[in-house]
Amino acid sequence: MLVSIYRYNPEKDDAPYMQDYEIELPAGKDLMVLDVLNLLKAQDPSISYRRSCREGVCGSDGMNMSGKNGLACITTVSEAAKNGKLILRPLPGLPVVRDLVVDMGQFYKQYEKIRPYLLNDTPAPAIERLQSPEEREKLDGLYECILCACCSTACPSFWWNPDKFIGPSGLLQAYRFLADSRDTATQERLSDLDDPFSVFRCHGIMNCVNVCPKGLNPTKAIGNIRTMLLQRAT
Amino acid sequence: MVTQITSFGRSGLYDWMMQRVSAVVLSLYTVFIIGYLLVNPELTYEQWSALFEATWMRVFSLMVLLSIGMHSWIGLWSISTDYIKATGARFFFQSLCGFVMFVYVVWGVQVLWGL
Repeated sequence: MLVSIYRYNPEKDDAPYMQDYEIELPAGKDLMVLDVLNLLKAQDPSISYRRSCREGVCGSDGMNMSGKNGLACITTVSEAAKNGKLILRPLPGLPVVRDLVVDMGQFYKQYEKIRPYLLNDTPAPAIERLQSPEEREKLDGLYECILCACCSTACPSFWWNPDKFIGPSGLLQAYRFLADSRDTATQERLSDLDDPFSVFRCHGIMNCVNVCPKGLNPTKAIGNIRTMLLQRAT
Repeated sequence: MVTQITSFGRSGLYDWMMQRVSAVVLSLYTVFIIGYLLVNPELTYEQWSALFEATWMRVFSLMVLLSIGMHSWIGLWSISTDYIKATGARFFFQSLCGFVMFVYVVWGVQVLWGL
């Protein structure tokens, strides 16, 4: 199998380039893309990429595989390869540190902006803040996000305005806290989002939904935030 | 919170709502005009001018004209903030769009009322 990998080492290279590798894959087995990378790393130790849990939980190995973002550890070669060729690039839109490793600073900054923690100004109860099963159910499809950045880096609005648009991942998390019955800062959170960029730069093209390795739906969450803003203002 | 002073209503929510409301007006008008042309295949000048003589049609058309102005302002503003990174060029483009839309509205009023 032919594997083409984006290579860039700022200490040595003037510009990024694609390097082709030929690799013999074991017959009768559909390897994950991360396995292929590990095999290639044994061949050429200079290839850099992030990985940790190797089972789609940590979100470290988000990358662009033959044009589609995803986690290398849970994407099979047969899914990712096109015409017998596997093309691996770093997540688009973020500065490349080296090869497939990107600087996630801008992504985390947007995440930080939405204050991803419970805000509650009522006195803390003796044991815990209880939720009914129905209230808890509202967080399903929101809390599972692992911050792999596949969605935000597949979003053209995030590419053009990464400093102003929160991005699908951040907005999914924003709605996770807006929907939480234990959070009392709903109005402040909504006020922070009510500008032409933070939420409304989303044009609903659903690239985020298409790539999310956890099968989440940021576009729906963004729609819910819009509805909350609209209900508050009409 | 991102501060913006060149967007249509200076609020993302307001712009978003106006974009949708104007889209509904524009589609209704499009459907109406296409329907009218289909129902009247042998359209004469008299019929056409009588249609635009009616006050309700002028109200409808003026609403459409204002909707075009709003809709395109919000859309082009979005595009300019995405793609034109130099502040001077962006401001020039946005001002030009505003000017063109204003001209269209005034010109459209003249046409509608036969001034």
